[in-house]
Amino acid sequence: MSETTQTQSKAPEANATLRISDIDMQFKNEVKKIPGGERIMMCFQCGTCTADCPIARFSDSYRPRQILRMAQLGLKEKVLSSDQLWLCAACYTCVDHCPQDVEISSVIRALKNIAVREGYMPYAFKEMGGAVLETGLAYKIPELRLRKRQEIGLPPLPKANIGSIAKLFNRTGFLKLIEKGEGANVKQ
Amino acid sequence: MSNNKYLLYLGCAIPYRLLSYEISARKVVEKLGLELVEMPDYNCCGLPLDPADHEIMLTLAARNLCIAEQKGLNIMTLCPGCAGTLRKVNKLLKEDKHERERVNSYLKEAGFEFKGTIEVKHLMQVLAEDVGFERLKESVKRPLVNLSVAEHNGCHVVRPQKHIGFDDPENPRILKSLIEVTGAKCLDYLDETECCGAPIVGVNDRIPLSLARDKLSHMKAVSAQAIITVCPFCHMMFDTNQARIERMFNETYGMPVLHYPQLLGLAMGFSPGELALKDLRVDSSKLVNLI
Repeated sequence: MSETTQTQSKAPEANATLRISDIDMQFKNEVKKIPGGERIMMCFQCGTCTADCPIARFSDSYRPRQILRMAQLGLKEKVLSSDQLWLCAACYTCVDHCPQDVEISSVIRALKNIAVREGYMPYAFKEMGGAVLETGLAYKIPELRLRKRQEIGLPPLPKANIGSIAKLFNRTGFLKLIEKGEGANVKQ
Repeated sequence: MSNNKYLLYLGCAIPYRLLSYEISARKVVEKLGLELVEMPDYNCCGLPLDPADHEIMLTLAARNLCIAEQKGLNIMTLCPGCAGTLRKVNKLLKEDKHERERVNSYLKEAGFEFKGTIEVKHLMQVLAEDVGFERLKESVKRPLVNLSVAEHNGCHVVRPQKHIGFDDPENPRILKSLIEVTGAKCLDYLDETECCGAPIVGVNDRIPLSLARDKLSHMKAVSAQAIITVCPFCHMMFDTNQARIERMFNETYGMPVLHYPQLLGLAMGFSPGELALKDLRVDSSKLVNLI
């Protein structure tokens, strides 16, 4: 994984003025349809998620509560194009602590899923998706390391039936998502 | 189903980067009398792709579960991410007919069907629940009484509680107890249950490295001699990235990071070589000399 890119630049609150034309009233329903996003409207903005979020503690701009509010309000473009979305580490602390049982981290994941469909996919996911399609695993393990297993007495690494995985990539529609390629929105 | 025989699900990160975890886990588990069967045809658990697409995550996880069902064996994983994902999806598909039907409609394409006949456990669960503390205690030949260490649990072993249902995420005790079985002292430290930050390393490095550094400093403050992990990603955050953290913050830690089965293995009497301690990035020879 690349460890060099930084995502601290664009704070969600950067443009303070909201235009009515920026609001997509149906967005919340789109989120609710994705498993994990169902309870988005139950969030009453108490801020427990942000207060307990280890990432928020070290970020100037990542605030899960704010992401939830923007999504509730229908600020679709703003939410989906935000770099902040990708800073959730899925530690699930917010899921355990939410008094409204919103599953904040799952709602954020649902928002990422929509962002990907709209063409915003960080390169790391494209790369891992490609590796799973090619090898069955999220990383392409070099031949040398596979041979090393035998040298040190480990059993050979089982090989996945790639044809079977390709069928599932195709059937779920994920193949199209990673093939979408270098659209204007795809982040590098 | 047998509590002594497991399909070993290795996942991706361990065969890619952390053979030391696999080597040491196999050693201790086999010494404890458990039989491990290599899991054929397995694929990525799906978790790394969940942010991109939830459906492919469910499908990849379910494909693994189907393979284990065909083998008629429960799964043991070494990675909490894999364990959490497979456990969560297993529970979801067993309990929710609609989800099961949808995922089965995908799986059908590749000739699989989820039936819901097996269980998934992380190594820690297998040790605590199936082997049990009594048997673990009996296996200790060389109590590590001179060691004081800090634990780092790995989020997905315990959270979210409603999906995982193992240990108490607010006050996790099981890894501590597993450490204490070896004779070593397990120290409490500030923000002990906090995430290491590893999952977002692919999109941002400053935040996760700051998080890991924060934890390192809290462990150092209580004079921990080593960190004990049960997760490949947490391990890489503290071990592989420790030199980077030291450079970034101009600090020195030099804190060895051991996979739990390495610690247990030392207490069982295995040599550091047998447990692949030399593969660790931070030198552990001073620690080994204390034993």
